[in-house]
Amino acid sequence: MQEVTTEKKEFVPNIVAFCCNWCSYAGADLAGSSRLSYPANVKIIRVPCSCRVNPSFILKAYQQGADGVILCGCHPGDCHYVTGNYYARRRMSLLFSFLNYMGIEKERTRVEWVSAAEGQRFSAVMNDFVKTVTALGENRKLTDLRVKEGE
Amino acid sequence: MQRIGVFICWCGSNIAATVDVERVAEIMKSEPGVVYSANYQYMCSENGQQLIKQAIKEHNLTGIVVGACSPRMHEATFRKAAEAAGLNPYMVEIANIREHCSWIHKDMEEATEKAVVLVRTAIAKVKLNAPLTAGESPVVKRALVIGGGIAGIQAALDIADAGFEVDIVEKNATIGGRMAQLDKTFPTLDCSACILTPKMVDCAQHEKIDILSYSEIEDVKGFVGNFSVTIRKKARYVDETKCTGCKICMEKCPSKKGLNTFNMGLNTRPAIHIPFAQAIPNVAVIDPEQCIKLKTGKCGICQKFCGVGAIDYEQKDTFIERQYGAIVVATGFKPISLESFNEYGYDDNKDVITSLELERLMNAAGPTNGVLLRPSDGEHPKVITFIQCVGSRDTSGCGKPYCSKVCCMYTAKHAMLIREKYPDTEVHVFYIDVRTPGKNYDEFFRRAVEQYGVDYIKGMVGKVYNENGKLMVQGSNLIDNEQVTIESDLVVLAAAIEPEPSVRKIATLLTASIDTNNFLTESHAKLRPVESPTAGVYLAGMCQGPKDIPETVSQASACAAKVIGLLVKDKLKTNPCVATPDEMMCNGCSQCANVCAYGAITYIDKEFRLGGGKTEVRRVASVNPAVCQGCGACTVTCPSGAMDLKGFSSKQIMSEVEAICKK
Amino acid sequence: MTKEEYVETINRISGTDVRKCMKCGKCSGRCPAFKDMDIKPHQFVSLLVKGDVDALLESKAIWHCLSCMACVERCPRGVAPAAVVEAVRDTVVRMQGNNGVKAEDIPPVVDELIPQQLLVSAYRKYNK
Repeated sequence: MQEVTTEKKEFVPNIVAFCCNWCSYAGADLAGSSRLSYPANVKIIRVPCSCRVNPSFILKAYQQGADGVILCGCHPGDCHYVTGNYYARRRMSLLFSFLNYMGIEKERTRVEWVSAAEGQRFSAVMNDFVKTVTALGENRKLTDLRVKEGE
Repeated sequence: MQRIGVFICWCGSNIAATVDVERVAEIMKSEPGVVYSANYQYMCSENGQQLIKQAIKEHNLTGIVVGACSPRMHEATFRKAAEAAGLNPYMVEIANIREHCSWIHKDMEEATEKAVVLVRTAIAKVKLNAPLTAGESPVVKRALVIGGGIAGIQAALDIADAGFEVDIVEKNATIGGRMAQLDKTFPTLDCSACILTPKMVDCAQHEKIDILSYSEIEDVKGFVGNFSVTIRKKARYVDETKCTGCKICMEKCPSKKGLNTFNMGLNTRPAIHIPFAQAIPNVAVIDPEQCIKLKTGKCGICQKFCGVGAIDYEQKDTFIERQYGAIVVATGFKPISLESFNEYGYDDNKDVITSLELERLMNAAGPTNGVLLRPSDGEHPKVITFIQCVGSRDTSGCGKPYCSKVCCMYTAKHAMLIREKYPDTEVHVFYIDVRTPGKNYDEFFRRAVEQYGVDYIKGMVGKVYNENGKLMVQGSNLIDNEQVTIESDLVVLAAAIEPEPSVRKIATLLTASIDTNNFLTESHAKLRPVESPTAGVYLAGMCQGPKDIPETVSQASACAAKVIGLLVKDKLKTNPCVATPDEMMCNGCSQCANVCAYGAITYIDKEFRLGGGKTEVRRVASVNPAVCQGCGACTVTCPSGAMDLKGFSSKQIMSEVEAICKK
Repeated sequence: MTKEEYVETINRISGTDVRKCMKCGKCSGRCPAFKDMDIKPHQFVSLLVKGDVDALLESKAIWHCLSCMACVERCPRGVAPAAVVEAVRDTVVRMQGNNGVKAEDIPPVVDELIPQQLLVSAYRKYNK
């Protein structure tokens, strides 16, 4: 079941984006309906609120071979759930120091606030993030060797 | 084993132009767990939905993935279709291959590859989906309004007019609140009592409204649609059903030296009294601190004179428990205490008064019958100085950091009324900024300056001191870069306002959040400005933030609309995507309850079997699905990983991550 | 020192955030030495916000400020105008190459009745 194969060419990072349902996911939808492109290697997971994102999801992503993880939520003060994004912000700042300690470059993980009206911003943020991660190269630090079958 | 069906939508050419939909559908056929895969021009159309329904029935599908537009667009449509075919609606997942794929990518190869990953990710999630059922909870068709000021009155009238029972709980002996104390109201200068008291009477006469005056909230249990509230009816020592409001008791009472709180302590009243002439209910109340009979056991004069035998010295507090579907909080405000502002000499000089005291001094029903006389010697003041922002916009810790919003307007009102009534009076106003946004507001303020010649001085007062019986007001005039001293007869302080302190207890009982200034927090500053984050609790008036009467009335009516919208429902459908604790893992640490913005989490003692016939009682978290909004803050906070969110479980998200990262 | 460095120094010595000022003038409304000051307490704050160091350093008012701290006490925004005055004064003293001021150096503009503010402020500082 080998589907679309990409030939060995320049490095294309694999990026997981967690987007809260109320602001950032809608912002991504707006980027789509405004046809504002960003690289195809950004894949979005919908979560109810940025505070739903457990730091272990991010660690899991790195373990599974993600090269960058971005968490998008509502702007501070605008959270649909009143204070969810504040919790997310605090958790992430702790996680960032932890990732740094583990040797994962801090630029690989990012928290951004994108509102439902900021399609332009969503696309700009993603373009910028992909550029940053591409420059950093592949993430090997946490990759679980067991999942790399057939390499 | 799950039997998954995959449906790829073309969306005409919206998706099909950049994503090879046929190839995606073909690839999905060989995905583990997928037993059916199809593509169609318009999945959301009648025919497309028919295709889905048929496939569900024919292939016995246990879950479906629709690769189409954003779930924010058509998730509900596809869930309904699935439900119609007998599949649980929560067994539907959407892969967003339009907004997040075809519309933003140009390269077909690249977009198709991404679409494949997105659909796979959705398959990975749907495999772990569990059927969910929206719960139902009944709605008690009765509303509670806490606070009987203009906000509470307006909300109660609007709700009652829609045909629902409303109780107003007011802690004072009469409804009316702060507005009843005011003289005139800006910007139209109509008399406050003339517009308020008819509304009070409407409340009293409305068959759907029950006024519980001299009562306080003691306890609140339950949740939206089903609150159970205990109300303490304080002993007023007068039988409400008998008292006719004839006031003979007030005349005969020998203890007449109590401070009249309604008149801001500017005169005295008897121990047994009716707060003001138009009080609702028009029933006397005895101040137990002041009553000779209640303090010493001797007296009983009022009882002797009362023609209807309404006086009852033995009366005790009683408790009423009632059920409500919705609660409106309208607890109002009070001016701040000025004890940290001794530079204005409020405590030392009788003629330094607050604006609310001035309202009473100018009110026809006030202590001076509406003649402006200064409190110290009853003389007409000739020079009056107003000081604005007393304790407002103060970040030094003495006052309040916010703008009290109403002071600029009422100061202009006072200045204007005084100049109108007593043209020989000189009026000065010290201001920092004059803020008068609002319809006809700035025009109103300018009228005070241009038509009535009120002297506005840009600057703040540094001190007020008494020199030979004159109040010397020393401040700066920043425009002229001068220090000025104005010899005044009366000084009026625009004291900052703060929420009525009892709101703290009420907020705690309701688990309604409160900010650092004790204002109740709204659910969303722009889009849900009258709803508390706690479902079923609504906010009206000053308890939510500084505002004037027009705004308060608007907010109260908005609250009423929300309450009516809730009470017309017989049952509330609850979102099934709520947090749920694994009781075997929960250690009852309370972390989750601490982060919950809705107060949805409580703790119960539950018995667990340990084996060998032994049992153990442990404290575990319990989520009320009617209150939980499904944000997931608790799931991440839980140190033992016991809390999970239905519909967005940790396992589901983990498998989505895996599916995306798999190379 | 450049102008910017002066601003930075005065800000640092004063230890107060002059941007918090909302220009209410309560400091000048309370100041007992107002009449003698060529630059008024509120102006010390606004000139520092503007970065007009020359006006500050040339002011005679630094020798008229009584260091009574009434402006600090009364400021509703927690800005300390007297601390700015003191910072300017310290800067002027340091410009003269001193790290304190000698009695004979106190300029003749000072009224004899006015307490020597450097002494007063020193008492206050070292009392803590």
